[in-house]
This record gives sequence, structure tokens and C-alpha cells, in this order.
Amino acid sequence: MREISASKIREAVTELCLKANFDLRQDVLGALKSALKKETNARAKNILKEVVENAKLAKKKRLAICQDTGLVSIFLEIGNDVAIKGDLEEALHKGVEDAYKKGYLRKSVVNDSLMRKNTDTNTPCIIHVDIVKGDKIKVSVSPKGFGSENKSAIKMLRPTASENEIVDFVIDVVKRAGADACPPLILGVGMGGTFDHAALLSKKALLRSIETRNTKKHFRDLEKSLLKAVNSLKIGPMGLGGNTTALAVNIEEFPTHIAGLPVAVSVSCHATRSAEKVL
Amino acid sequence: MINITTPLTEDVRKTLKVGDEVLLTGTILTARDAAHKRLCDTLKRGKSLPLNLKDAVIYYCGPTPARPGRPIGSCGPTTSSRMDSFTPALISLGLGGMIGKGDRSDEVTRAIKKHKCVYFLATGGIGALLSTKVRSSKVILYNDLGPEAVHKLEVKDFPLLVGIDSKGRDLYDKAGWKKE
Repeated sequence: MREISASKIREAVTELCLKANFDLRQDVLGALKSALKKETNARAKNILKEVVENAKLAKKKRLAICQDTGLVSIFLEIGNDVAIKGDLEEALHKGVEDAYKKGYLRKSVVNDSLMRKNTDTNTPCIIHVDIVKGDKIKVSVSPKGFGSENKSAIKMLRPTASENEIVDFVIDVVKRAGADACPPLILGVGMGGTFDHAALLSKKALLRSIETRNTKKHFRDLEKSLLKAVNSLKIGPMGLGGNTTALAVNIEEFPTHIAGLPVAVSVSCHATRSAEKVL
Repeated sequence: MINITTPLTEDVRKTLKVGDEVLLTGTILTARDAAHKRLCDTLKRGKSLPLNLKDAVIYYCGPTPARPGRPIGSCGPTTSSRMDSFTPALISLGLGGMIGKGDRSDEVTRAIKKHKCVYFLATGGIGALLSTKVRSSKVILYNDLGPEAVHKLEVKDFPLLVGIDSKGRDLYDKAGWKKE
């Protein structure tokens, strides 16, 4: 049994929150630069230029890429052969709090969805745990802004739904997101499982590099046709027209019930942020 | 590129056309969801606002805290449509302009047209870059709201697009995709 202290995990969470907020993911930055080369609409090109310039400045000056530094979700993959010494839950929340204080990041969390008093710590964070084989812990953090989060949606399709129905649902979500979700978007799509699990998968899909496609061919093909359909909408960067409405569609999937086909779409902006580390 | 300064008087507002690229210099006030709710609750109670909105510009923004030596942290626009239900009341008090991202309700567009107001778009998700256009920042109202407090910002050459002009013409309509 390998022992990992909660304080190590707390430090890792802090480091990852800071990295995610200051240093735009290389895969996302790469896709933005290549979109800038391909984009033909003048206004869209200008916006993409600003976005790339913003990422450079944020990294250099350690300024938040976006002022909406998000509600932090933490995804843990804990190996069976790991023993955690100390209070894991506290370590995760404190790790977030440390980062948001140290990094001059915005505290965007309120204590209660109706009373709405700011907690001033950007906590609590959302915690997801998977138990895996091995003696390591993988920590992934995703500080996600709510401009895009507000546009996410789920639909329980019939098990016999056609591919067109899936595409239509995703298109509908993207249209309703419009300019508000800060396109070009990255779409995380969760398919299968249950209502809640599809939503979780759609979030996990956003953690995956947008340069990596689904391992199954039929899902790879669907990722491709969804991206094509979304970009044919011509919503463009910030909704002002252009060829670049989404940079990528990532699907994660799971077995499901004979009676259903849950499809969840996590809408994410051009500043899709996450960072991960293996302990 | 058109240079404008605050206060944003009706004479200036009327010269701006949808799609114009604008650099704004002067004073703007941040206010987002919670501040809008408080302002409009005050009006509902029949009281006058603790702010003079005549020819003022409201920026839908909740900045990150400033690092030492900087006037402000990242400070890009938030989604404007969440303010739609509160906006017509503020426009009717003489509000000169609003800065945000995304489209507005028909009711807001009608109020803009009626009172010759202007809705500007700032690029979303470039808060670090926009922070370089801010010279100073000070909380002037609702301090307890933290990032949602009303900040008075002095900006220089803040880059904007005219999203809806004083005639009610809408840039998203022109982009062609707009939701049905």
C-alpha cells in the first residue's frame, strides 16, 4: 500500500488551479491558432487574434485568462493500492481556497442557491472520485465559467433514436448557446449510462485533449459529423459570424439501459480550462 | 475606429451605427446580476437610486481582484441577457450605454430605441487583455457583493463594437444565424 498525504493533494490542487487559470491548454491554444489561419471572416479573425493575444498575456503576467475563474470541479482517479493519510475532502477544498487567494482569482461561489451569499473562498468545489487500479492518484481540476455552463443541457432520447436526432439535439443546444457561451466552443458530449452519469461523462469529455478522438470508430465518426454540423451554423467567434463555431466535439460514452439513450452536452467556451497531475 | 468619451450624451449616441468599432475613454460602472436586482428593488420601493445613471455607461462585469501594482484583475464582459428583465427600467432613467456580450431581448431593444441608448459588445474571454485598458478601479456601491459590487472604472481606449445602436439595429441580426 502506497501512502500519499492529504497535504500533497492540497498542494497539487492549488498548483493545478493556478495553472489552469493562467496558462491556456496547449491543445486549445493550438486549435485557436489554426482556426485563425483558416478563418475567412474579418471580424472573426480579429476576435481570434485577441483571444490568442489574451492567452499570451495571461500566461506572462499571471492574470486570469477570463475573469470568470469558475466553480472548480475536481476529478480524482484513486488507485486501489493507495492509502490517503489525512482529510482528503478538506485538502481538496483548502487547495482551491489557497489558489484563489494566492492567484488573485475571482471568488464566484455563493453559499446557497437561494440565499446567495458569497463564500469568499471560491469553495466548496465539486468532487468526483473514480476508483482505478494501481498505486497512484490522478488529480484533474476544471475551473469552468458559467457563461457556458448555463447553456449545457441533457436529453433522454429513445433507444432507437437515429443519428440525426442526436445531431439535432446538439445543434439545438449550440444555437441556444448562441453568442452567450463565448464561441468558438468546445463541446463535451456524454452518451449512455443514466441521467446523472451522462452529465458526468460530458464533463469528463472536456478534460480530454481536443487533439485526441474517441477510441471507438462509430463515436469518432459521430464526433466528426457533429463538429461539421455545428460549424455549418456560422455562428462564429462571439456569435458575430464566421466558420469557427466550435473547435472540437469530444464524446465520452458508457453502456446504458435497453429503454434509453441519455445524451448530455457540456458547453464550454474558447477559454476551456483544466489541468491534471499524477501523484 | 471611432473615439468616444463619457458621459455618453444623446448627441454622441445618435452618431454611432451598429457594427462601428469604438474606443471608449472615461468612466464606466460595473454592475451585474446582484447589483441589478438591488437597483431595481430600490426603484420598486419607490426610492431613488444611489447612482446617477444619466448618460452613464454600465459594464456587465465582475473583475478578478487586482494584483499588487495593477489597477484591476481580469475584467471581461459577462452575459448581458441575464440583465434583460432589469434593463428597461434603468434605460428609462437616462442610462447612456451598456457593455456586455451576447444578444438582448426584444423588450431591451425597444427601450434602447425609445431612449436612444446604445448597447456595446466587448469580446468575451479576453479579460486579461481588457485589464490593460483600465487605469483605475474603485468600489463605490454594494461592497458586500464582492466581485459583484459596483466598481467605478476609469478606462482608456476600451475596445468595443456597437451591438445595438440608438435606432435599434442589432449586429447579431446582421451575422445571420440568430436564433428563431
